[in-house]
Amino acid sequence: MSLDTLLQLLDTTLRFATPLLFACLAGLYSERAGIFDIGLEGKMLVAAMAAASVAALSGSVYFGLLAGIGASLVFAGIHGVASITFRGNQLISGVALNFLASGVTVLVAQKLFRQGGGTPALSGDARFNAIELPFAEALRGVPVLGPFYAEVISGQTLLVYIALLAVPVTWWVLYRTRYGLRLRAVGENPAAVDTAGVSVVALRFSAVAIAGVLCGLAGAYMSTGLVAAFGREMTAGRGYIALAALIFAKWRPWYALWATLLFGFFQALALRPDVFKALGVSIPVAALDALPYVLTVIVLAGIVGKATPPRAGGEPYVKER
Amino acid sequence: MMQLPRWADIVLVPLISLLMAGIIAAFVLLAIGESPAEALTTMVNGALGSPYAWGYTLYYATSFIFTGLAVTVAFHAGLFNIGGEGQAQLGGLGVALICLALPWPHWTVALLAATLGAALFGAAWAAIPAYLQAKLGSHIVITTIMFNYIAASFIIYMLVDVLRPAGQMDPATARFGPGTALPTLNEIPLLNLIFAKPVPGNVTLFLALLAAWAVWEMLWRTKLGYEIRAFGKSEKAARYAGISPLRVTMIAMMMSGALAGMMSVNNVMGESGRLVQNSSEGAGFIGIAVALMGRNHPIGVILAAVLFGALYQGGAELGLWTSIPLELRIVVQGLVILFTGALDQMVRMMLAPLFARRRLAV
Repeated sequence: MSLDTLLQLLDTTLRFATPLLFACLAGLYSERAGIFDIGLEGKMLVAAMAAASVAALSGSVYFGLLAGIGASLVFAGIHGVASITFRGNQLISGVALNFLASGVTVLVAQKLFRQGGGTPALSGDARFNAIELPFAEALRGVPVLGPFYAEVISGQTLLVYIALLAVPVTWWVLYRTRYGLRLRAVGENPAAVDTAGVSVVALRFSAVAIAGVLCGLAGAYMSTGLVAAFGREMTAGRGYIALAALIFAKWRPWYALWATLLFGFFQALALRPDVFKALGVSIPVAALDALPYVLTVIVLAGIVGKATPPRAGGEPYVKER
Repeated sequence: MMQLPRWADIVLVPLISLLMAGIIAAFVLLAIGESPAEALTTMVNGALGSPYAWGYTLYYATSFIFTGLAVTVAFHAGLFNIGGEGQAQLGGLGVALICLALPWPHWTVALLAATLGAALFGAAWAAIPAYLQAKLGSHIVITTIMFNYIAASFIIYMLVDVLRPAGQMDPATARFGPGTALPTLNEIPLLNLIFAKPVPGNVTLFLALLAAWAVWEMLWRTKLGYEIRAFGKSEKAARYAGISPLRVTMIAMMMSGALAGMMSVNNVMGESGRLVQNSSEGAGFIGIAVALMGRNHPIGVILAAVLFGALYQGGAELGLWTSIPLELRIVVQGLVILFTGALDQMVRMMLAPLFARRRLAV
């Protein structure tokens, strides 16, 4: 495998890892606060549809981004009401929202564009365009690192850099702020947080809302950055893969980055049968398609070691009377 | 927790949930500029308006009884099996392999063998996530979802590279032999008095009803059923009572997978007569809505399956006669799951004052 091929692979890896990373961090906030979120997938999907639709209609990707985040927040709100206010089953609520998203996105996109449940291709200001980082060309001559900087790090879209930035920010919020301490506490022992006079309900709603914003970014990136259009079911299980990455990352921000990069690499690999051919291995296309999902299962099955989820995860909090 | 009379809990809560799902779906239709009234009449007429329509509704209902029962059995063990879709597709592979293996002399023999094959393949596909959950603690919800995607890829590989007859373009198996054709409802004596035109609903319907009875018998009349339900209510208590979590998880999930797989007798053997891509068409997922709506009881599952059968047939009619995309049925499906599964507490809260007042009056 030549250096060029490797750099192309890594470039695709970073692109594919970005929505996973956003969604994984979304799940991290939510689950650290004790709310399971199977609905990452659905939130990403509505956000992708809303972002591409508004971007196509307004011609501005930033309006699209806002619409994506808004749509995702609405779904996050329903999940919050169902699982916090009415103490419903969080898994079922997430599954329901995924179906709702899968149907509503087609209905709305079909109504707006009549293109088989998708949006027209976005171009110009209606999509996120590549940003050339400074000195990318000047440093190209530096062995290995130069081309890596120019090909992989530079030339990504804005949201990729925001996603990478979200990792240290999440780490800082979680481990260096009062809010983060309370958030982690409410996922482990909500009764203690309640006793300390902090609202469990408000904390959990805030976590669900942050998850909504992050899923909005993930979805918007899918339809306005990664590719420049919305297509039906375009998230294709990424929300679930992000959940697997979250477990792999043991609910920690930096591990989440490595986990999503790894899963992004698998997805990138699945698109490159030529790499396998060059290595002299013949693998059917369908096996490559299944690769990320198989690896997710393998990761869930063993390599994780003992991943301990937040103790109060999935349990509605009932105030003592 | 509010206490409602038993009948209200069983009948009223699902019906109100359905009503609210319907109202929100109507708002969605209004929002995209379509007429909810037109949609409703098209759906009701197309799904229930004639024996011909019923022939389709019952065809879908047959599949949904199987997948609904699949989710029900797992639910009683405290397991949420979202993998019904993949298990159903693997079941379809089992049906296809059996049907293509021999020149079957008569459909009764073929039906028995195909049912067995479907159940085996479905159970095997559910066994892996079950084992991972019981032995290694991998979350069964995520593993079963992953197995849906893996199943889809695996079926595509089997159809494209292994089972496709030489010279055929589309990825599908060869047509099954004439000995495997199941009698449709219009070919069954007595029933043919009702169903005049050919319909896809077939003899598998009775197999589904038999399965519902068997599930009821198993859950509430056997030691195994008791163990499953005890394990689902409280794993700790069940473990203390000497019930093996590994055994219950494996058996419940494999029965669940077998039931999901058996739905393929209906569509692969009864309807299309060959295995095609995505044969189950989401029926595995509808099982979740059916089980929740049917309150995890076989009788409820049968009723809910007929309801969703009507929704599916009605939705298909929408796609044919109106400009409303048939994805409307996925919206309704999602709403029903939301209201019956996650917001049931809210529905109860809404109903509670009604019953409180009545009690005061007496």
